[in-house]
Amino acid sequence: MADEHSLGELLREQGISRRGFLKFCGAMASLMALPSSMVPAIAAALEKAQRPSVIWLSFQECTGCTESLTRSHSPTLESLILNAISLDYHHTLQAASGEAAEAAREAAMKQFFGKYLLVVDGSIPTKDGGVYSTIAGISNLDMLHEAAKGAAAIVAVGTCAAFGGLPHASPNPTGAVAVSDIIKDKPIINVSGCPPIPVVITGVLAHYLTFGTIPELDDLGRPKSFYGESIHDRCYRRPFYDQGKFAKTFDDEGARNGWCLFELGCKGPTTFNACATTKWNQGTSFPIESGHGCLGCSEPDFWDAGSFYQALSTPITPVGRAAAVAAAAGIVGGAAIAMHNRHTKAAAKTAHQTVTIDDLEKPSGEAK
Amino acid sequence: MSDMALLLWARGPGLQIALTVFIIGMLLKLFEIFSLGRKKDLSTPRPGKAWSGWKTIFSRSLPDRTLLKRTFPTYLMGYTFHIGFFIALLFFAPHIELFRKTVGLGWPALPTTLVDGVTLLSIVALLLMLGYRLYHPVKRFLSTFDDYASWALTMAPLLSGYLAVHHLLLPYTLMLAIHILSVELLLVFMPFTKLFHTVSLFISRWYNGDALGHKGARL
Repeated sequence: MADEHSLGELLREQGISRRGFLKFCGAMASLMALPSSMVPAIAAALEKAQRPSVIWLSFQECTGCTESLTRSHSPTLESLILNAISLDYHHTLQAASGEAAEAAREAAMKQFFGKYLLVVDGSIPTKDGGVYSTIAGISNLDMLHEAAKGAAAIVAVGTCAAFGGLPHASPNPTGAVAVSDIIKDKPIINVSGCPPIPVVITGVLAHYLTFGTIPELDDLGRPKSFYGESIHDRCYRRPFYDQGKFAKTFDDEGARNGWCLFELGCKGPTTFNACATTKWNQGTSFPIESGHGCLGCSEPDFWDAGSFYQALSTPITPVGRAAAVAAAAGIVGGAAIAMHNRHTKAAAKTAHQTVTIDDLEKPSGEAK
Repeated sequence: MSDMALLLWARGPGLQIALTVFIIGMLLKLFEIFSLGRKKDLSTPRPGKAWSGWKTIFSRSLPDRTLLKRTFPTYLMGYTFHIGFFIALLFFAPHIELFRKTVGLGWPALPTTLVDGVTLLSIVALLLMLGYRLYHPVKRFLSTFDDYASWALTMAPLLSGYLAVHHLLLPYTLMLAIHILSVELLLVFMPFTKLFHTVSLFISRWYNGDALGHKGARL
């Protein structure tokens, strides 16, 4: 349960030095694209911030988002920030189960009505009354409606919650939709990714704790500070793209030289995320660095965007059949036109009447 | 419709529709032209002119000295645009990947910076050509809706491609979708506008060259 302790007090209790705390604030400021002069303000605000109550709802998902957040690299300040929030309900992480767990959720919803942060991961099935995913007999759809009522803001963590993700992929048997498709009257922050980068989740929470507002969002509801630039633009392999040097297979000379993976299907140019800059596993690397193209996991419908191994500039459906059918139709149609023209020409030839000099010299009276 | 959905439509059904219309339209036009038929020229052909048709296909791409002097801007901008357009179309890495995927043929790409500069030159040439067309009274008098439509249809892929590469005006995903859609629009209208000259120029050059050669004209 959320208590009256400030975040600063909690962090000190856990042995975080002032220096460590300020370093974290500096990192957060740079991540959120704020000037360094904002660091003291962030520190002061975080110091005084009360532990906000957070209710985490896991719907139609694979728990990858939670795994990403909790197992990324611990213990870090990110995980401590997570400890610093009062995670009142998270059915994967909480000790309680069954009715006790649901009771905790209901208690938090009542006590902090209008103030709690609602974090959602997973999509929401809507088909057949939402029967395809339930928790304690309550459909995800009903639980989201109920929990959203008292939420100050909603953080849709992961591509499933943000855009429908994998469950939403064609043919979408459960009628899965994103949080923003259902909830229209609350501020929603989409933290997309499959899974999202842990520090992005923390950054969004830190922003909320610092300013009490949600960060500036792009047209897909994602924080601009993390999703403002494409993977391609920040990719360390970008110079090879510009030079026209591409790996053709995953084990050729180009691949060994670390050339651009565009031709191997990298979706970096249309994917907006912070992987290329913040990286994964304590800044070790990111997919492209380990030799695989970007899948575009932080974008809507990434699962249906054609093969992961097909270049972005190529058609997602084969065009051979359409071309063959069109060619056949064109030849038949063309032949028909040719026949018609020939027929018209022949008819004109037959109808042609020759005029002799005698015809022209007929007496004027007869010409009438 | 999200930007990504539009891009996916452009890369999928959009392309299928555009390609179908393009192929049918091109074939109809070609059948129509070839089935027109010409009266046989019964005069004795002049000697040594058997190849004049084929020769003309190439020789008409070279500037004529007199015309070059008289309409230098048209030549300069025309060459700049056409050469630039084909470099951008054929030597930009993502485009080559498209050809590799659809027709199975690939070749090495040129550096992006070079393609970029050439594209910009093409765009400038196209803009100047439009300006010249509007400024020159004879050109303006002779211009029809077809001319302006063909100009716009050609300009759209160049401009949207350039803007997409440089992340200008719109988000990249949306601009890329617009770029692909603009190419599809170009394909759809190619058989039915003056853009059909991409194919018919070879036919008409051959015919003119052959007819003139038959009469013994020096080409």
